[in-house]
Amino acid sequence: MNTALSWIKAYVPELECTDQEYCDAMTLSGTKVEGFERLDKNLEKIVVGQIEQIEKHPDADKLIVCQVNVGERTVQIVTGAPNVKVGDKVPVVLDGGKVAGGHDGGPLPEEGIVIKAGKLRGVASEGMMCSIEELGSSRDMYPEAPESGIYIFGNEDGGESLQLGSDAVEALGLRDTVFEYEITSNRVDCYSVLGIAREAAATFRKPFVAPKIEIKENGERVEDYISVEVQDTELCPRYTARVCTNIKIGPSPKWMQRRLAASGIRPINNLVDITNYVMEEYGQPMHAYDLEQVAGHKIVVKRAKDGDEFETLDGQVRKLDHDILMICDAEKEIGLAGIMGGENSKITDNVKTVLLEAATFHGTNIRKSAKRVGLRTDASGKFEKGLDPHSAQEAINRACQLIQELGCGEVVGGMVDVYAPGKETVKIKFDAEAINGLLGTDISKEEMLAIFERIELKYDAQSGMLEIPSFRQDLQGQADIAEEVARFYGYDKIPVSLPTGEATTGKLPFKLRVEQKARDIAEYCGFSQGMCYSFESPKVFDKLLLPEDSPFRQAITIANPLGEDFSIMRTVSLNGMLTSLATNYNRRNKDVRLYELGNVYLPKALPLTELPDERMQFTLGMYGEGDFYTMKGVAEEFFDSIGMRKKVVYDPKAGKPFLHPGRQADIVYDGKVVGYLGEVHPEVCDNYDIGTKAYVAVLDMPEVEPFATFDRKYEGVARYPAVSRDISMVVPKAVLAGEIEAMIEQRGGKILESYQLFDIYEGAQIKEGFKSVAYSITFRAKDRTLEEKDVTTAMKKILNGLETMGIELRA
Amino acid sequence: MKEKLEQIKAEALRQIASSEALDKLNEIRVNYLGKKGELTAVLKGMKELSPEERPKVGQWVNETREEIEKVLESSKKKMERALREAKMKAEVIDVTLPAKKNNVGHRHPNTIALEEVERIFIGMGYEVVEGPEVEKDYYNFEALNIPDGHPAKDEQDTFYITQDLLLRTQTSSTQVHEMEKGRLPIRMIAPGRVFRSDEVDATHSPSFHQIEGLVIDKRITFADLKGTLAEFARELFGEKTRVKFRPHHFPFTEPSAEMDVSCFKCGGSGCRFCKGSGWIEILGCGMVHPHVLEMSGIHPKEYTGFAFGVGLERIALLKYEIDDMRLLYENDIRFLRQF
Repeated sequence: MNTALSWIKAYVPELECTDQEYCDAMTLSGTKVEGFERLDKNLEKIVVGQIEQIEKHPDADKLIVCQVNVGERTVQIVTGAPNVKVGDKVPVVLDGGKVAGGHDGGPLPEEGIVIKAGKLRGVASEGMMCSIEELGSSRDMYPEAPESGIYIFGNEDGGESLQLGSDAVEALGLRDTVFEYEITSNRVDCYSVLGIAREAAATFRKPFVAPKIEIKENGERVEDYISVEVQDTELCPRYTARVCTNIKIGPSPKWMQRRLAASGIRPINNLVDITNYVMEEYGQPMHAYDLEQVAGHKIVVKRAKDGDEFETLDGQVRKLDHDILMICDAEKEIGLAGIMGGENSKITDNVKTVLLEAATFHGTNIRKSAKRVGLRTDASGKFEKGLDPHSAQEAINRACQLIQELGCGEVVGGMVDVYAPGKETVKIKFDAEAINGLLGTDISKEEMLAIFERIELKYDAQSGMLEIPSFRQDLQGQADIAEEVARFYGYDKIPVSLPTGEATTGKLPFKLRVEQKARDIAEYCGFSQGMCYSFESPKVFDKLLLPEDSPFRQAITIANPLGEDFSIMRTVSLNGMLTSLATNYNRRNKDVRLYELGNVYLPKALPLTELPDERMQFTLGMYGEGDFYTMKGVAEEFFDSIGMRKKVVYDPKAGKPFLHPGRQADIVYDGKVVGYLGEVHPEVCDNYDIGTKAYVAVLDMPEVEPFATFDRKYEGVARYPAVSRDISMVVPKAVLAGEIEAMIEQRGGKILESYQLFDIYEGAQIKEGFKSVAYSITFRAKDRTLEEKDVTTAMKKILNGLETMGIELRA
Repeated sequence: MKEKLEQIKAEALRQIASSEALDKLNEIRVNYLGKKGELTAVLKGMKELSPEERPKVGQWVNETREEIEKVLESSKKKMERALREAKMKAEVIDVTLPAKKNNVGHRHPNTIALEEVERIFIGMGYEVVEGPEVEKDYYNFEALNIPDGHPAKDEQDTFYITQDLLLRTQTSSTQVHEMEKGRLPIRMIAPGRVFRSDEVDATHSPSFHQIEGLVIDKRITFADLKGTLAEFARELFGEKTRVKFRPHHFPFTEPSAEMDVSCFKCGGSGCRFCKGSGWIEILGCGMVHPHVLEMSGIHPKEYTGFAFGVGLERIALLKYEIDDMRLLYENDIRFLRQF
């Protein structure tokens, strides 16, 4: 919300402060100032001048030479503007002064434009006459300004009485500052100039002076003109209407135009401007109907029928339903309640009699209706917050007062007021001790009462109750009162302490400790952490070659996604990883290693009826240096770091369609599949535009976590010597190293310490269908030096076992 | 005899002095001190001497041997040192050649910021907890004093899955889960992913992270809230950081506030970073609304508490001066390597 400070000061006449002081104090008391802009920024040495003589420029057809009286002297100014004549009063920037912008109305330069005396085509010019654009404004805000040319002061600007040489910026109403406020949604009352003025008065401890409403009525009675029937008092708790006759449409006064312009509202004509002005002033939207167009001179407020259509005054046809409230006349619908009037009752310049409406509508209903018809207006934006029914009456009277005072029309006596009084006055118990207890302060009861007085809360000493004014709908309980005390006492003055009471232990839960370890290990292994979105496109499944019946396709769908690309909750973490790898690949980054810790969302049933299973996935991906076994290494380093010291088994029958069929494995720990890894299927790489081999590993953390432990136990360092034996074998190709190792472990007995693959070879010297494999096996006993026979026995068992697998020993 | 020994010694020392290689020294040792060496020969000839002379000559021989040995040894050492030095001279490397790095990976800036925040609050006795990302409407809104029809519900641009299930728009939902457990006092922070339907641009993302904080105990005050968060700000942004609390509104706290910190670029004098104000808005906070306590089964007359919520990305962007939020989710390695 934007408002000129001068408008606020109209209701807080004693307010005196700099712009910055105002900004700081208002923000600290809860009316946040987002920023402010001086309307006279970069306007320097600009005075009122009067053109006394105009001559043609001797050397330029399009230029004229003016003698301009600027009070104490007359200056010569050359201009190309076509619209000036002798006798015109104009804003003149003198030598060394500044204007805000160029005459084309483009963006304003930060430092303004300095004007210096000089020569134009050989003729001296001692300044410049200004257009409204050069003064930093526009014709939207100053509709009387010429389309291109010098601004000429009219009678409205003070015309005759304007002193030559006086401050032209002041005369234009530009000695003002516009403040932009961020109003919180609970303070409905502050979406109005009066609301902010009240806050300003309370903040600066100055009296608040509300506008005095006095209406000169014309002696007629409103009941003779109109009748009102409200069929749904829930959706329309109050409907007030008045009638004005003999309407004369014309421009509104300058002061009103200036205030509206500063608030960002374009002046139109007196009637429209008055309703807008009052809407800003009271925060109460109003609507004016041409009474001639209101059939039967009767207003009926009722719900629309499903399927009806209605043309709003912007010319659009809107679809209606039963939950939308309509303003109707005796025959037809004439307005979307609280949102926009109808094309059929639009005010024209020929209007003679108007029906003014100020009503209170059900906030939520207006918000929902506006959303459904797809039309959010200034009015609906105010109504949807739930307005105070009192302001309808005040606003309509204020509007009538202005219509009469500003010569826009006559006011018919009386008001039609259909009001279903709802809530009683809210009363809250005042408990100074409780307030101090909550704030941690020691504010006296008297000081609190003084604050309440500033914000118009009435205290009844007898009952100990605070009476809340109707415009403060946000005050409902003790805590709200505490906030009022706090913000006017000053948040900055509340002391600083730390919670006392029972000591608690700070901790990171086990799950997060395991995840921290995963990050550490991934990073030691050269992987950097990425972050991916939780939602993705359903097209991902095809990109990952998942078959139609794949359980991964059972994904949760977002009802209102940002678009198809963000419409399902991921069930597999690979898309994010592959997309990230592709981004890097396309940017020619070499040797990329990434990891991610993020959830996948597995529904227990679809459509979703209960919360899904959110499973943390530790996903690794890489291309460039490294291969399948690098990935295995990371997984095993991670397991090792979280105390998973058992042998990890890799089952090549992982069955993942997005991985290379011959280069993938399930990662099995203690009989449980805890993840998988592999080379990305070349077709999947193609789908993601990754032009090289890529490898991924995914660990399902809820499966890993139960095995994790941070307990460690020292087992002693071997004191007796080890004995090693090397074996060299010719192995059928289909036999996996893992199978050989399983046999060594099974047969090696207690004294088996370790084994290591040291050679693997396929080729010319080896017979078809076989490979050569060599292991070094180490034995050691904890309690003695091994004897030859111990080792021989163990080796024999191992070799016998290996032979059963079709393995031949080489010499 | 003595002259002969002197002569042998002199000759040996001369030879030692003139030798240039270790094997030459060895040769000298064998020639003079070995089994068939000259000194041994002298010893062997002792049987021709008188018994009175023998011990004397024996002593002379030993003395001579010792002297030769000593010189031999020191020459050997000298020669070895010279050799090693020569070798090392030949082994000079170019120390400016590139390092062999392990190429350790990098943490995401969000995580670095999060771990900082966690460290600070764990130090103050807070437990880190987590809540579900797909959440029930009740926990995300109703239990936080945002009933159906409340404007705040619309303002948050919620992603819905069903009428009752949604993607949480705020980690505040975790507050309710913690309070419902009925274990008091509570001191927790709850970091996590939240979702709002904002189109992606330099300052918006439909998915981002928040850290929620909640303290519930007897006699918790607004002063405690101020003290705690001021401490947090100093830990996170530096000793000299000042804080400012401004009144604000959140449906689930009352009184509510926003906290600004003095700009850590300019120290508060005003710069481009803080848009000239000297302050940077950092978090929202307030005293837990009595109605919220009540709904979660905590008696507001007995217990009070405060809550706060920080945008993790906001902290990361500010702290590391990242100018575009999209960078956080692109995962370009050249970006990640800078952290």
